[in-house]
Amino acid sequence: MSTPAEVVSPINTGPTGSAVKAVRRSFASPLASVLVILLTVLWTVPTFGLFIASFRPSGASATSGWWTAFAHPQLTLSNYNTVLFHSANFGTSGGIMPFLVNSLAITIPATLFPLSIAAMAAYVLAWVKFRGSDALFFFIFALQVVPLQLALVPLLQLFSGGAHIGTIALIPALNVSGTYVSLWTAHTMFALPLAIYLLHNFIAQIPRDLIEAGLVDGASHFRVFRTIILPLATPALAAFAIFQFLWVWNDLLVGLTFAGGSQAVEPLTVRLSQMVGSFGGRWELLTAGAFIAIIVPLAVFFSLQRYFVRGLLAGSVKG
Amino acid sequence: MTGVIYEDASCVYPGAERPAVDKLNLDIQDGEFLVLVGPSGCGKSTSLRMLAGLEEVTAGTIRIGERDVTHLPPKDRDIAMVFQNYALYPHMTVAENMGFALKIAGVPKTEIRQKVEDAAKLLELTEYLGRKPKALSGGQRQRVAMGRAIVREPKVFLMDEPLSNLDAKLRVQTRTQIASLQRRLGITTVYVTHDQVEAMTMGDRVAVLKDGLLQQCDTPRHMYEKPANVFVAGFIGSPAMNLIEAPIVEGGVAFDGTVVPVDRDSLGQASSRGESSVTLGVRPESFDLTSDGTGIAVIVNVVEELGADAFAYGTAKVGGGDVDVIVRVDARNTPAKGETLHFLPKPGETHIFSTVSGDRLSQ
Repeated sequence: MSTPAEVVSPINTGPTGSAVKAVRRSFASPLASVLVILLTVLWTVPTFGLFIASFRPSGASATSGWWTAFAHPQLTLSNYNTVLFHSANFGTSGGIMPFLVNSLAITIPATLFPLSIAAMAAYVLAWVKFRGSDALFFFIFALQVVPLQLALVPLLQLFSGGAHIGTIALIPALNVSGTYVSLWTAHTMFALPLAIYLLHNFIAQIPRDLIEAGLVDGASHFRVFRTIILPLATPALAAFAIFQFLWVWNDLLVGLTFAGGSQAVEPLTVRLSQMVGSFGGRWELLTAGAFIAIIVPLAVFFSLQRYFVRGLLAGSVKG
Repeated sequence: MTGVIYEDASCVYPGAERPAVDKLNLDIQDGEFLVLVGPSGCGKSTSLRMLAGLEEVTAGTIRIGERDVTHLPPKDRDIAMVFQNYALYPHMTVAENMGFALKIAGVPKTEIRQKVEDAAKLLELTEYLGRKPKALSGGQRQRVAMGRAIVREPKVFLMDEPLSNLDAKLRVQTRTQIASLQRRLGITTVYVTHDQVEAMTMGDRVAVLKDGLLQQCDTPRHMYEKPANVFVAGFIGSPAMNLIEAPIVEGGVAFDGTVVPVDRDSLGQASSRGESSVTLGVRPESFDLTSDGTGIAVIVNVVEELGADAFAYGTAKVGGGDVDVIVRVDARNTPAKGETLHFLPKPGETHIFSTVSGDRLSQ
């Protein structure tokens, strides 16, 4: 039995410090390393299998497992060629290429819109004092608990029919259903609460003196935002941009709800999900399509990663 | 004419009971170097920030020159501020930092460069113009912050403890540089510090604040010689003035075994208010050592030798209790620890304060 003095001492940071160390040590042990490697392999094998399968000719895929490709290498790029440009079974004659373009046309604005709106909102909520700013921030923060599924039908209604009380039209029919605009709007709305919350926390940590120095130097709030806050908030902006890009790129539900059926707008995910139905038997095309969908977010991730810089604030205030 | 006038300016923080700055009245002349000094939490920084427009003025007015700026945003006040932690823009070079305000004001690029280069030369920053703040030392950053203020040629400089992050030696050096720079530029300056030595050495006038209230605003010399109350007396001067509460007796104030003669009028004032004791203020250098055993007996506890001076810290007895006394002694002939010495204040160098109100009674 340990003595009570050891247990209750609030000032002694020893126990927590050593606990952290103990956890760290146990993670550093060879057993833990093996476990981590094992998990990683388990996690990656299916993806890797799909990757191999996407290069195998259709006959081979249908008759044998992907691992046999190592014994009898028989690889081809024709799956990619077919799925991108030639497959006539996608509703259009050009393969999935048009839907790839659709996905980009949806995802890029649906990343930039919430990013710019949220950055401005975060700055104002963090640094411009006005009555009720805290309440407003908490309200926006609380909006995160609303599941987006709840908003799908009302939004759909709003886009097609507008909003009415009785016969009075609050918002006239927007006639944007089945267009990019409806998708951009929906994604932007769903992203804003989290975006504002994340960016607010980052921007609020920029030293107050920097903003005050800008104001005293004669800058307006907008100028301070543009010339001081934006450059210093790049890590947070990049983080959110990646997050939002991946979210929108991988989104199926919102795409299906607001653009389902209109092929000029449909994102890749919607098409791919329908491929599962119509091409259930044609593995090699499905896997190739999936890998095309993975490449874009990977490229975005690696190109934005360099903005995760530490020490952007070095040298600005005491230190 | 671009003086600064505070008229009954107050600032109450939301939710606070007591105002951070309570009816401040100051009239700062054109080109004057005014230092606001006081212990932490006295409202000196708040007063400065009210002038900068960073803190709301809840009552009263503030004028810069003829213009009422009480409710103007900072950008419309034509002021430049040097922050305690410099607040340099970390993503801009030194030159961009210094030219930022001019760029916002829409000054042509060539003119900005000219002005930045002039200021850089003045502050010996020319070779660092292309660097980012993180590649500078503390002293250089401080100079960049100064440079950022002076390129603008503003109506008023505001400085919020700009030296407190420098090491002791650099602080003394920079102190003189800032003071001489200000005299050369002739721009009205309000300077905040908690260091009374800085206040005394730099300011044309010094304003002492405590708990949001202005205690005294005067030239350093006058403030040293005639502090308006016990707080100012104790705050200005290092080591601090001896402030000893002593009972009034016929001819002076009583220490155990001796009577120190002081100004009769002030004692009269205190007695007429019904007070039986006063606070006697004597600066450490205002004591004379007596050789014949008359005067206040002080038992020496510690002697601090500073080279040119030496200060003896000891105890004297008043009304049976011990009081601490600091006395300047001859640096080449310091007393030993435990020795008993006798001192008398120099005539005319005693200060009498009311023990009850703290106000100065002597002339």
